Amino acid sequence: MRPFIEQAVFGIFPYVALTVFLVGSLIRFDREQYGWRSGSSQMLRARQLRWGSNLFHVGILFLLFGHFFGLLTPHAVYTALGLSVPDKQMLAIVSGGFFGVLCFIGLSMLLHRRLFDPRIRKTSSAMDIAILALLWLQLVLGLVTVPYSLGHPDGEVMLKLADWAQHIVTFRSGAAGFLEGVAWPYRAHLVLGMVIFLAFPFSRLVHIWSAPIWYVFRRYQIVRRRGAA
Amino acid sequence: MKVRAQIAMVLNLDKCIGCHTCSVTCKNVWTSRQGVEYAWFNNVETKPGIGYPKDWENQERWKGGWRRKSSGKIEPRIGGRWRVLANIFANPDLPEIDDYYEPFTFDYEHLHTSEEKQASPVARPVSLLTGQRMEKIEWGPNWEEILGGEFAKRSKDANFEGIQKDIYGQFEKTFMFYLPRLCEHCLNPACVASCPSGSIYKREEDGIVLIDQDKCRGWRMCVSGCPYKKIYYNWESGKAEKCTFCYPRIEVGEPTVCSETCVGRIRYLGVLLCDADRIEEAASVPDEKDLYEAQLSLFLDPEDPEVIAQARRDGVPENWLEAARRSPTYKMAIDWKVAMPLHPEYRTLPMVWYVPPLSPIQAAAEAGHIGFSGEIPDVRSLKIPVRYLANLLTAGDEFPVVRALERMLAMRIHMRARHVDGVVETKALNQAGITREQVEEMYRYLAIANYEDRFVIPTSHREYAEDAFDLKGSCGFSFGNGCSDGTSTANLFGKHKVKVPAKENGR
Repeated sequence: MRPFIEQAVFGIFPYVALTVFLVGSLIRFDREQYGWRSGSSQMLRARQLRWGSNLFHVGILFLLFGHFFGLLTPHAVYTALGLSVPDKQMLAIVSGGFFGVLCFIGLSMLLHRRLFDPRIRKTSSAMDIAILALLWLQLVLGLVTVPYSLGHPDGEVMLKLADWAQHIVTFRSGAAGFLEGVAWPYRAHLVLGMVIFLAFPFSRLVHIWSAPIWYVFRRYQIVRRRGAA
Repeated sequence: MKVRAQIAMVLNLDKCIGCHTCSVTCKNVWTSRQGVEYAWFNNVETKPGIGYPKDWENQERWKGGWRRKSSGKIEPRIGGRWRVLANIFANPDLPEIDDYYEPFTFDYEHLHTSEEKQASPVARPVSLLTGQRMEKIEWGPNWEEILGGEFAKRSKDANFEGIQKDIYGQFEKTFMFYLPRLCEHCLNPACVASCPSGSIYKREEDGIVLIDQDKCRGWRMCVSGCPYKKIYYNWESGKAEKCTFCYPRIEVGEPTVCSETCVGRIRYLGVLLCDADRIEEAASVPDEKDLYEAQLSLFLDPEDPEVIAQARRDGVPENWLEAARRSPTYKMAIDWKVAMPLHPEYRTLPMVWYVPPLSPIQAAAEAGHIGFSGEIPDVRSLKIPVRYLANLLTAGDEFPVVRALERMLAMRIHMRARHVDGVVETKALNQAGITREQVEEMYRYLAIANYEDRFVIPTSHREYAEDAFDLKGSCGFSFGNGCSDGTSTANLFGKHKVKVPAKENGR
């Protein structure tokens, strides 16, 4: 029974989550763009948002890219660049810990504001609150793994997690096997992370797809001719 | 030269009676929805006053419009592109809803359901945001109506710049007029420039500035970018909304709702042809006081054969050229120069222009005689300070304001002489620099203001631009998302927010 659950949660569920994430986002973008927005509530209450939102976003963006490159870069690449496995783990712990704390402060402020400011609470959808709570929980789990990681400075667990992620995204079998014996906070963090991917297309998180980077390259004025757009 | 047609509006402040019919009809049509209860695409302010939202003309504070850099280039005052992106998580220049006002209703239900008491029941105010009772309403729509509130607060009005304003707090010296405001549909819109998603655009065929509701992501930089604060964040949908210039009406040749319903007949709509190639150059002139003239220089003479030929090459339809020749806005803004843009110093090249208001002659009453400057009463003795109007309409340059006021006074002198004394009076006209033909036409447009003269709006030619066959059976106007409003309960991606029925949460 246990291997079956292991396989279902860490071998199959990731694909379910990623499929819903990608296909769901695509369908929503195609069909429901009117609801596709960041959902800012700054206008209703700026208090707690200036610090909260900035800290949260700076932290989460670093963590997002940190996880992306940390998990998916093949081991051979960074060892070839002269970064040993224990060093890489230490780098991840220190930088991730720092930005994790920034993000935690910001996210806690945002969650507090959303739950206890009557204006924000009353104008929030259930999903607005749920997604913030999910992120907060996920962040706490992520921070809980830090002392565990310090307990095995050789980077062995980090390699296991990276192997799992790389096997998943390259459609290789046996991914779930890498997670045997990995401590519970890591496993819980993974499961919750997949839940967030699952919820992504149904929440305001879709605004991440629309990060307006190309604004930097466009002309200031936009003139549209009817029918052209 | 690239000729582009633009529908422009002129408002004759001399005849505005401040009835708010424009605001109310606009509200009923466009913003009587949750999320934009606080938003007035058209509002009427009593000047002097800090306006709506509070202090909107103070660009040191709100950072709206454009700024000319030392290099001679202009960039939005909220910052260049990187700066805008850096502020995207929390926009430091965004007004809070309390800067407009917290939208409220009254608990009318209580009047029906109250049990028998000694005192009669009262409908108490209830917030439309939280559904909670509001103990005291601190600010509301049109809070400063007809000089409401103390002078100390109203005198924060940015148009008092360079004026010894204290005397205008005295009862005998006080002055006021109404300023109806809507989106300016600028030639050089700062909202378009500051939109990170590129969802705001100017329509080539008529110059109307619109927000693509499907493409808006709610980054809310446009709210800060617009110096007139005429872009509103819909807190329910999370999208920005603005005055549409009633484009579905304009397209079929009808005036906007605010213009149609104006009981004072102060609004005019007509086509202006402008040289689109020189827009940036005109918006970048070094001295703010030259902006009015620079903007005037963009407008092309619709009778000029060269302009007509180029306009045809640029795809301006024939009926638009005909409308441009009969345009009331061209006559007022360019021919007679009695209308001027609102705050040209914002460098947005606004396209809603204003005829300045005349006012009682103040000095005359005191000195026992009317101060004359030549044949015309001295406009500097009018109750409304010329400098105040100049700060509002010409970046502080008093000459165009004086010229406009003198022309309006000369028109009155001329028409009075003609109708009352039966003589032809031309000395005042000569002094004001207008001809008899011009002034009689001015009289027809400003005083009689027939419907056909006020609104010369050509129908649009959609068939040139797109295949109308594909539009068959489509839903016409909607808030993006095709024919759906995107908030149906059955929607998998529903963003259905918790509604706040006042009667359930009010007590």
